[in-house]
Amino acid sequence: MVASKETISVVEQTTSKYKYGFSTKVDVEKAPKGLNEDIIKFISGKKNEPKWLLEWRLNAYKQWLNMKEPSWAKVNYPEIDFQDIHYYAAPKVKKKLKSLDEVDPELLKTYEKLGIPLSEQKMLSGVAVDAVFDSVSVATTFREKLSKEGVIFCPISEAVQSHPELVKKYLGSVVPVTDNYYSALNSAVFTDGSFVFIPKNVKCPMELSTYFRINEQNTGQFERTLIIVEDAGYVSYLEGCTAPQRDENQLHAAVVELVALEDASIKYSTVQNWYPGDENGKGGIYNFVTKRGKCLGDRSKISWTQVETGSSVTWKYPSCVLMGNNSVGEFYSVAITNNFQQADTGTKMIHIGKGTKSTIISKGISAGKSQNTYRGQVQIQKTAKNARNFTQCDSLLIGDKCSAHTIPYINQNISNAKVEHEATTSKISEEQLFYCKQRGLDDETATSLIVNGFCKEVMKELPMEFAVEAQKLIGISLEGSVG
Amino acid sequence: MSILNIKDIHLSIEEKPILKGVSLNVNLGEVHAIMGPNGSGKSTLSYILSGKEGYDLSSGEINFDNKDLLELSANERSNQGLFLAFQYPVELPGVSSMNFLREAVNIRRKVLGKKELNHLEFVKEARRLASSMFIKDEMLKRSVNVGFSGGEKKRFEILQMMLLEPKLAILDETDSGLDVDALKIVSNGVNNYKGKDNAVIVITHYQRLLDYIVPDYVHILADGVIKKSGGPELAKIIEKNGYAGIVDAA
Repeated sequence: MVASKETISVVEQTTSKYKYGFSTKVDVEKAPKGLNEDIIKFISGKKNEPKWLLEWRLNAYKQWLNMKEPSWAKVNYPEIDFQDIHYYAAPKVKKKLKSLDEVDPELLKTYEKLGIPLSEQKMLSGVAVDAVFDSVSVATTFREKLSKEGVIFCPISEAVQSHPELVKKYLGSVVPVTDNYYSALNSAVFTDGSFVFIPKNVKCPMELSTYFRINEQNTGQFERTLIIVEDAGYVSYLEGCTAPQRDENQLHAAVVELVALEDASIKYSTVQNWYPGDENGKGGIYNFVTKRGKCLGDRSKISWTQVETGSSVTWKYPSCVLMGNNSVGEFYSVAITNNFQQADTGTKMIHIGKGTKSTIISKGISAGKSQNTYRGQVQIQKTAKNARNFTQCDSLLIGDKCSAHTIPYINQNISNAKVEHEATTSKISEEQLFYCKQRGLDDETATSLIVNGFCKEVMKELPMEFAVEAQKLIGISLEGSVG
Repeated sequence: MSILNIKDIHLSIEEKPILKGVSLNVNLGEVHAIMGPNGSGKSTLSYILSGKEGYDLSSGEINFDNKDLLELSANERSNQGLFLAFQYPVELPGVSSMNFLREAVNIRRKVLGKKELNHLEFVKEARRLASSMFIKDEMLKRSVNVGFSGGEKKRFEILQMMLLEPKLAILDETDSGLDVDALKIVSNGVNNYKGKDNAVIVITHYQRLLDYIVPDYVHILADGVIKKSGGPELAKIIEKNGYAGIVDAA
């Protein structure tokens, strides 16, 4: 479809290592640096939020003050000064936007560069897009068409106004405020993100997509996504992320919550390409994200697919809480690290309902001097009779200065559950490279081909147009890793 | 016209001399067979020509199509029309054979100044040639060389040769592990391909392949040098008497 084609051509045309390293000059309104109750009140006030939400935020902030940054992940980074970050940055707008024509043309240009055609006419056959620029949702396309089906797809700040009952009911119901340090931080300061509601028996007629972009310097991005699918509904949701090239590190701490009711199904795909830092490890995004889905209803299904190529440090474990009987959780992941990137990523599958089933396929690729860790937990609770899990973790090493680690935790509390774990580590062999080169492929094409082959089981889970984009990305992020 | 000219090449691996002065000229339109006992340096020669890492000459020159071959990287050699059919084709898990072929063919076509084939055009062409090698569609959907039988691997090598249309094809022990039927299919493929605008070097231990692919010249490589060169009759002598007579005579 349209979006992907354009993205690919953008990727193909440019030759620098990180293709999205430009920044956009738009008039921006920023909150002063630092975090305190006043800033939170400022954010809440900007959004014209109801009192309950402000209180919710302030409570989160208080909890956060008493929490400690987690240190168990296999990542190293200098201490973050949380007072040196802007918690709110928004492109200045004079009034509420009714159509895309009113969006700042500079912003539209940015999205064009990213390959996200926001203009409706280009999108006729395409995907519905919500675009979040720094802290604010800029435009959501196709809303009318979706609303005919009863689908709500809008910025979460807007949902707070238009559907407060839904937001109040589900916000924090999957990822409690105090779940972890970053979720508490996010709960205190989140500025925008996407909200999706699929009513009973509705199969969302198109893929929904959000593009996140951090533009401003010293800005953190704290988006909050909430997706609710009612009985027998279905949605496929795509998320893409980019940021400009900057010398300093920037913080991204998002929370994503998914709720699937009876027979509902959610497919959540991410292509994460935040700026990874340069060859010497300078700059890049700290990506500390909490993503979790709750299979609340019987026979519900949540499937996470992620292709992680960016960020200098990644800390991310999209998880499923399988409460409904016979509910299904899936996690398909490709994580690529090059140069000095560090990724500690994986999943948690919590089996509570009877006959629950989970599948984990993780492909880690390390190149350069990077560190790549799979960390996964499979928990089978006493109630989860006949639960089943299958886990497969494969690591591929390119060169001899990188490392890969696989850390599975399995807690099985009943005897009639079946948990399988397979893990392999391999290297791209000289023989494979030579074979490809003898057929005329250069080092980079050969590596990209072999790595894509290695990731195939995961890539085939991505929606078609996203898969093509992800394939190119893999090639780009491994540039310079061989030869 | 000369397509390949090897001048007095020497190569040692871990200080052990493997090739001790080999010279060979191959003209377009010719088929050369290189025979020799195990460990005589036949495969080493194919690796040198195709540019595998770790096979650097200590001295000598190689000209390919009026270019200094040693200046070209392995993939540039392929781009310029040098093809090696591997003795042990390598598995590429997850890489679909059809995509692999298309990638390779389009790179070669670019060098030849032909336009890239789109997916449909390519599939049509690949299927046509594949069926001549008795390769089923189903096999092209599998990962490159993964789960292929020995015979399938060799037929797939020849299919790649046909698609890439090289100026010089080097077949390294392509007959090893083939039964008579597969040997015929492979040989037919090579015979249909060879012509006045290309050349073939057949590296083999046994004479039987040369019953099907008849060489213009036969060279016996032993102890790191070409001990003897002649016409196809030389291969028959080897078949009858083995290498002992020739190797001892030197």
